[in-house]
Amino acid sequence: MSKVNNILLAGVGGQGILLASEVISEVMLMAGLDVKKNEIHGMSQRGGSVVSHVRYGEKVYSSIIPEGEVDILFSFEVLETCRYLPLLRKNGRVVVNDWKIAPPSVALGKQAYPDNLIESIRLQFPATTVVSGLDLALEAGNSKAVNTVLLGALSNILDFDRELWLTALRKMIPERLLEVNLKAFDFGCQVK
Amino acid sequence: MKKVLLSGNEAIARGSYEAGALVACAYPGTPSTEILENIIQYKEIDASWAPNEKVALEVGIGACFGGARALVTMKHVGVNVAADPLFTLSYTGVRGGLVLVTADDPELHSSQNEQDNRNFAKFAKVPMLEPADSQEALEYTKLAFEISEQFDTPVFLRTTTRISHSKSAVILGERPTDIPEPKLARDPAKLVMLPGNARKRHQIVEQRTLDLEKWSCQQAFNQIDKGAEEVGVITSGVSYQYVKEVLPDADVLKIGMVYPLPKQLIRDFAANYKTLYVIEELDPFIEEQVLAMGIKVIGKDKLSICGELTPGRIQQGLFGKNIPEEDTSADLPQRPPNMCPGCPHRGVFMELSRAKAYVTGDIGCYTLGFMPPLSAMDTCICMGASIGNATGISKVLSDEEQRKVVAVIGDSTFLHTGINGLMDMVYNQSTATVIILDNRITAMTGRQENPTSGFTLNKLEAPRVDIEQLCKAVGVKHVKVIDPYNIALTRKTIREEMARPETSVIITTRPCILVPRDNLERRTPLFVDHDKCTGCKACLRLGCPAITWDEENKKSNIDKIICTGCKVCQQTCGFDAFQECGDNS
Repeated sequence: MSKVNNILLAGVGGQGILLASEVISEVMLMAGLDVKKNEIHGMSQRGGSVVSHVRYGEKVYSSIIPEGEVDILFSFEVLETCRYLPLLRKNGRVVVNDWKIAPPSVALGKQAYPDNLIESIRLQFPATTVVSGLDLALEAGNSKAVNTVLLGALSNILDFDRELWLTALRKMIPERLLEVNLKAFDFGCQVK
Repeated sequence: MKKVLLSGNEAIARGSYEAGALVACAYPGTPSTEILENIIQYKEIDASWAPNEKVALEVGIGACFGGARALVTMKHVGVNVAADPLFTLSYTGVRGGLVLVTADDPELHSSQNEQDNRNFAKFAKVPMLEPADSQEALEYTKLAFEISEQFDTPVFLRTTTRISHSKSAVILGERPTDIPEPKLARDPAKLVMLPGNARKRHQIVEQRTLDLEKWSCQQAFNQIDKGAEEVGVITSGVSYQYVKEVLPDADVLKIGMVYPLPKQLIRDFAANYKTLYVIEELDPFIEEQVLAMGIKVIGKDKLSICGELTPGRIQQGLFGKNIPEEDTSADLPQRPPNMCPGCPHRGVFMELSRAKAYVTGDIGCYTLGFMPPLSAMDTCICMGASIGNATGISKVLSDEEQRKVVAVIGDSTFLHTGINGLMDMVYNQSTATVIILDNRITAMTGRQENPTSGFTLNKLEAPRVDIEQLCKAVGVKHVKVIDPYNIALTRKTIREEMARPETSVIITTRPCILVPRDNLERRTPLFVDHDKCTGCKACLRLGCPAITWDEENKKSNIDKIICTGCKVCQQTCGFDAFQECGDNS
C-alpha cells in the first residue's frame, strides 16, 4: 500500500467527530500503518462547521489532505457534506448521516435548509452510503452514540479487521458507555 | 519500540517529562492549552495555571533560577503579554533550563491576529526550535532544555496550530533518574539587571547568538533531504511536510532551529541550485535573512504572507495550479460558531442589544455576542482591553453618548489584565459601565480552572478570588451582582448602571453550562405550545441553537435534545408559549 488514503470527517461541533477520527487513527496505527490526523480546537468548535483529516499509508507527510484528494468523505450532517464535496476525488466515496441540523440563519427563519441534498450528493457520487445515525443510536440506547453507528458504516467500506475496530472502541470509550456503543457500532455495520 | 499517537501538544508535555522538567506554568490559549492539561498526568512536574502569561513566565523564571527545568507555554499573543520578563530573561540567562512554547495560529482559527512569533526570537535574541511533527515536538522539547543550559539562554519552541493539534506516531523515551536537586545559589551580577550588570550581559547575549549560529550549522536538526539535485527548497516546521508532498523530488534543507539561522549551511546548500525556494508560513522570516546574505530565492513573491499554507496553496502559488475549495456558495447556509444552548451570556447580550449599548468587548466565548442576531459587540482588541477601551472612548464623547458605553469581560480575562483597567477607571473617574460575565471558568479554551473557579489545574480545591470584593477594594462604589438567567433584573440593572454618571460594575454570576461540577441540578427542557405561539419571533432574538423557526407553521420550535431548560426564552415570550416538557410532550 504505497498510496496515502485520505478520509475527511465533516459535521457540526459537538457531534463527536473528534472521537470518531481518534478511533479511525487508532485502527490504522494498530494495522501497522503510518497515520496522521488533524483538526482544529477552540472557537470553531462552538456549534460551528468542523472537519477532521485522517491520512494513512506507508509514509504520510502532510496531516492536511491535499485539496481534491479526499478518498472518503465521512460526514455527520447533510449540509456539511455538501460544503466539502468539492474536495473529494472524482470517484470518491461518501458516507453520510441523514441528520439535518439547522445553521443559525435557518433557525432564524432567514434562509431555508436546502432541499434534496442527499439526492444531489448521490448524483455526483454514486458510491454514497446514507446512514440513519440518530435513529440507530436511539435504538442502541443512547442518542450520543451516533458517531459509533457511523463508524460501523465506515468500517464496512474499509478493509480492516473487525477486531481492530472493537479494540480501538474499547480503548477510547469509557467502560459505562461501552456496551451501548458496541451495539451502535454493530447497527452501523449492518447498513448497506 | 511501541508507537503511540500523540498530538504535538501531548508530545511537548511528554518531552518535558522526559527532559526532567520540575515546573510547568501557563495561561490557557488555543492552540497551546492541551500541553498543560496533559502534563498533569506526570506527577513529578508541578504544573499550574497562572492568571496571565506574564505571571506564568515569571513563575517559570523563578523555578529556573532555583535550578529546576521549567516549561512555560502560551499562544502567540500571550508572548506579547510575557514580553517584558522575556526580553530581560534573555540577558540573565538561566540556571535550570527554561523552555517557552509559543503556539502560533496561522489562518486565525481561534485568534484575534496572525502574528508570526519567529520575530520575537530575533527581537529578544532567544534561540527558537520549530518541530514539524509530534515526534519532533517531543525530541525538540528535550533538546530545547539542553540548549538552554548549554548556552545559558531561554529557548523558544514554536508550534503552529497544525503541529499542536495534529496527531502522529511517536516513540516514547524515559525520564532521567539523576535530576539535580534545586537549591538557592546567589549570582547577582547575572540575575540583578541593573544597568551596570545588564550592559555586561548584553555583550554576552550578542556573543551567544554568534556561537549558537556556528554550532547550529553542525547539528542534525538542520537536515538535508537529497532529491533529484535540480531544485532546492529551504523550509521549516509544518511547511516541510507540505513541501515533501508537493515537491517529492526537490532537495530540501529543513531547518530545525529557525533562530539564529545556520547561515554557513544555507550558503553551502544554496550554491547548488539555480532554482531555490524558501517555503514558510506567514512572514518572510527566513527569506529576508537569506536575501540579506545575497542569495536569490523565490518565496513570498509567490506565496501569501496571510493565512496558513496547505499542499494545494503551495501548488497554486508556485505553479499556478487550480485547486478545489470548499463550497462557499450562498445557497449553502454558513455555520459560524455560536454560544451554547443555556449559555448564561446570551440574555446579557440580548439586553445590551435592546439597550443600544456601545459594547467594548473582550476575548472569550462571549466575543460571539458579536454574531447576529445578538450583534452586541462593537470592539474587540486583546485580553483585558474592554475596560481601558471603554474609559478612553468615554473621554471623548458627549454626556449622552458616554452613557451608551459598556465594557464586557469574562471572569478569567478580568483577572488576566482587566483589573488594571478597572483601577484606572476608578482612579481617573470614568463614567463607563463594566459587566463582568462570571461563569467561574476559562471557557473558550476548553474550560480551564482560574483563580475565580475555586480549583487548580490538578482539580484540587483552591481559594477563590471574590470578584465583587475585588471591585469594591479597588474603589468601585456601585457593584451589582445579578443572575443573568433573570432577564427582567438583567435589563433593569443594565439600564440603571448605564445611566449612572459614575464607574459601576455589574457581575453576572452563573456557571458555564458545560461545567458539570457546577450544574448539578438537572433542568427540564422546554417546548413551544403552538396554540399560544403567535409567531412574533421575539424568542429568535436570543439566537439560541435550541430554538428554530418552523417556516411551515410560522411558529417557533425547541429541540429538546439540546435544550438545557435555562428558561431565558420563556422570559422573552409575551404569550406564555414556552412550557416545561412533561411526561406527554
